[in-house]
Amino acid sequence: MKTNSQSVKKEPRIRIAKRVEMSSKYKILLTAFSVLAALIISGILILFLGKNPFEFFLQVIVGSFGSAINLKLLIRIFVPILITSLGLSIAFKMRFWNIGGEGQFIIGALVAMTFALLIGDSLGRFGVFVVIVTGAVGGGLFALIPALFKVKFNTNETLFTLMLNYIALYLVQYFLYGGPKFYISDRPGIPTFKVIDEMLFLSDFKSGLFSVDTSIIVAAILIVFIFVYLKYTKHGYEISVVGDSVNTAVYSGMNVKLITLRTIFFSGAIVGLAGALQLTGSAAGHTLSVNITGGVGWTAIIVAWLAKLNPLGISIVSLLMSVLEKGCGYARTKMGISDAVSDIIQGLILFTVLACDFFINYKVILKKTDKKNMLFDSASAKNELTSNKDESEGSNDLKLCEGGENK
Amino acid sequence: MSEYAIQLKNIVKTFGSVVANNNINVELKQGEILALLGENGSGKTTLMNMLSGIYQPDSGEILVNGEKVLIHSPEDSKKLGIGMVHQHFKLVDVFDVTDNIYMGEVNKKYNLKEKLAAINSKAESENIDKKKSKLFLKKTRECFNALSFYIKNIFLNKKRYYKLIELSNKFGFEIDPHKKIYDMSVSEKQTAEILKVLCYGAKIIILDEPTAVLTVQEIKKLFSVLKKMKQEGHSIIIITHKLNEVMEISDRVTIMRKGEFVKTLETAKTNEQELTDLMVGKKVDLKINRPVVGFKKPLLEIRNLTIKNDEGAIAIDGVDFYIRGGEMLGVAGISGCGQKELCEAIAGLRKIEDGEICHKGESIVGLSPEKIIEKGISMSFIPEDRLGMGLAPSLSITDNMILKTYRKGKFNPFVDRKSAKELADKVIKELNIVTPSSETPVRRLSGGNVQKVLVGREIQSTPNVIVTAYPVRGLDINSSYAIYDILNKQKQSGTGILFVGEDLDVMLSLCDKIMVLCHGKMMGIVHADKVTKEQLGLMMTGMLNLSEAKPEKNYGIAKDSNIVNNNVKNEESFAKGEEHED
Repeated sequence: MKTNSQSVKKEPRIRIAKRVEMSSKYKILLTAFSVLAALIISGILILFLGKNPFEFFLQVIVGSFGSAINLKLLIRIFVPILITSLGLSIAFKMRFWNIGGEGQFIIGALVAMTFALLIGDSLGRFGVFVVIVTGAVGGGLFALIPALFKVKFNTNETLFTLMLNYIALYLVQYFLYGGPKFYISDRPGIPTFKVIDEMLFLSDFKSGLFSVDTSIIVAAILIVFIFVYLKYTKHGYEISVVGDSVNTAVYSGMNVKLITLRTIFFSGAIVGLAGALQLTGSAAGHTLSVNITGGVGWTAIIVAWLAKLNPLGISIVSLLMSVLEKGCGYARTKMGISDAVSDIIQGLILFTVLACDFFINYKVILKKTDKKNMLFDSASAKNELTSNKDESEGSNDLKLCEGGENK
Repeated sequence: MSEYAIQLKNIVKTFGSVVANNNINVELKQGEILALLGENGSGKTTLMNMLSGIYQPDSGEILVNGEKVLIHSPEDSKKLGIGMVHQHFKLVDVFDVTDNIYMGEVNKKYNLKEKLAAINSKAESENIDKKKSKLFLKKTRECFNALSFYIKNIFLNKKRYYKLIELSNKFGFEIDPHKKIYDMSVSEKQTAEILKVLCYGAKIIILDEPTAVLTVQEIKKLFSVLKKMKQEGHSIIIITHKLNEVMEISDRVTIMRKGEFVKTLETAKTNEQELTDLMVGKKVDLKINRPVVGFKKPLLEIRNLTIKNDEGAIAIDGVDFYIRGGEMLGVAGISGCGQKELCEAIAGLRKIEDGEICHKGESIVGLSPEKIIEKGISMSFIPEDRLGMGLAPSLSITDNMILKTYRKGKFNPFVDRKSAKELADKVIKELNIVTPSSETPVRRLSGGNVQKVLVGREIQSTPNVIVTAYPVRGLDINSSYAIYDILNKQKQSGTGILFVGEDLDVMLSLCDKIMVLCHGKMMGIVHADKVTKEQLGLMMTGMLNLSEAKPEKNYGIAKDSNIVNNNVKNEESFAKGEEHED
């Protein structure tokens, strides 16, 4: 009885309640604060290592934005994450758990590679365009496989897309080590993939003194396009209805199967596009490799969810992720810190951002022990005393409680 | 023991800027049935959720059996003997009834440590006057018993089924303890929920709109169970919108309005009119109008329709009927007699096995739902869970408004949200939907308001045939009447309406004609002003079959049918209409 009454009566000091709504200004403030908190914690960590935390953060910024080359390297990390994440977010919006980003990325690159080797320099500079588009279509068609099975047999797309990642990966390995010689360069020694024709290199976009990676322009266009697509078009509307309730979509006359296939094709195609851009761009040395994705397909899932599937959010989160990766790596080598530390800092920032997500959705209420509560506390204590003394009353209560449990 | 099982004093609960409960005072006496009455969104469910530990009040006191308590979780509430049957059932679909109930008991820990301490202290107290060897044996035996009980407790016990049968016999439930939840009808699921709270030993039972999804017969059964529970000394709070039920079952009534406490009355000393006025806050006319509209051509004609249900059994079996413009045809029947399948077939959501569906003389069989919507046939089916069909819960009211019309403008790739917002604001205003704004996701609205959004949209799409099933399911009086008014207005403008309902009284005073279905067969179509509730009841259960009694009169075929080459059996029968008195 005592334990029961205590557990019921004791008011917890901390209570968690769901927040109804929060102004976007406060949301941004909170997120900024959480990043700051992570920086302070990691700063303390660096201090313990005997290094200056401010120097470290400065190095991170230098490593990311400090020089043209650093910036270029940053963009090479940034763009694939961004585009892949955008592609996946379309599928996620429809509650189609496409975790096959890795596979679609690889297939996009593989198909682009195939076409690049086939056409060579026959189409001139226009060939770049063809290669990239075919790569995107390849990624889309690859993503269609699980979508078709989902539509036809209602298979689980999560497992399906996951498994296809490995199929894609081992397909590339097969072409490298055992398959037809089509993809393999003539160089003796360990087999390597051929480098695509110079005509098909994705060069920088130049206008006067201004020069920038072409892929980032593609990415910028995609951000706007997907934002508009999801928010304002009929297709986007259909995606959100199907994602919300398939029954409702059918009822309102939507062709759910078609919508699913179309959306997943788009999703895969955008991821494939990222793969094709990676292949033709300079980041991967204009050739295919077994680890061409660099884990982008996985990172992109985290990015898409951290950004709440919002295209603008995705671009910000992708930037944060790539700065963490590039900048920390740079600072680490410059300051001679173990690479585990930069991983810890990356983890810390991710952790606090996720925690801040919790505070956006929930609020914590702290109960102060005021006079009234004090009174109540003493009253309940008294109650316990009396119930201990007074057998009959105590046993009566006991009965009620036991009855509650035993029946 | 205190006179009151529950006392709620000055309860305040806010969600952000919305005040759901403001200074509520409710008292539940021991062994009484208290009805909690209020419009949709008046905060009844919120208040009850504070008793069941889902929410905590911002301020105010809760007293159970005269003692102040704090309820922080459903677990606390269970310990206090409070059990709540929620509007949306909380059951595990793949388990059977028994395991659903047993689930809550598995948590109950058998404390081996405490048991051992008890055995030791007992042994010590007996130490003085007994032999040591005997004592040792006894102690060994007790330890062994404790251990075997502990081990037994780990495994599922067959006995749990007998326990359940025993309990259901005691209260007069009819339930198969081995039946899986997914195989169950709504009323069976509800029974399972009630059994669950009884099994946990709840003395105070809260039922949140238990009758909203039940048929007349099932409600009767439920009420007899409730009365039995009352006799056993349980105190019951029942939330309902139906005044006749309040009058029938409750001892006292507490009325709430827009989150405020209004009054508590003795049921015996009040009447339906007074309750309604208190609930709404102004005088309400309880009469349902039935405007008469002149003779119009048949709009929707259905011949020999046969449909199968999801399990492949015949759901609708050779049914003929038609709806004229400006006519409201009611469909009465025990739930599951094919209403849902009929509605889905008309909307093009379900394949038909045989027969014809003609809209203005054109067959619409095999058309896609999209094409059927374009023809001006609107179908709104309010399923038992309200959200399952027709609304996208995470989308805003605005977005839900254009669910069926967003395709307009073939070459425009963009969704027209501006006019959608205007429409949403209009519907919100006309139907008094309680919502912070038109951008609020539908799932944040209270049950009744969700429904108003759905019905409002269907009517705003200016259809020429409205198929509506249970449009007032779970709605409060004021909103129900608002919806009847809207349907009547539509009727007057020449729309044909198929009204699938459950409340016979309403159908008798609202519809022009009533078609009765029983196990997918049509029992007859009768004029609503020439039939009694009892006759309808007989027809619903298949005791009275008018279509078989007079096979020469085919009620379902109009004289001036749009379908040519029909083999109308008896044309003259139409003139005298569907008079059937015999």
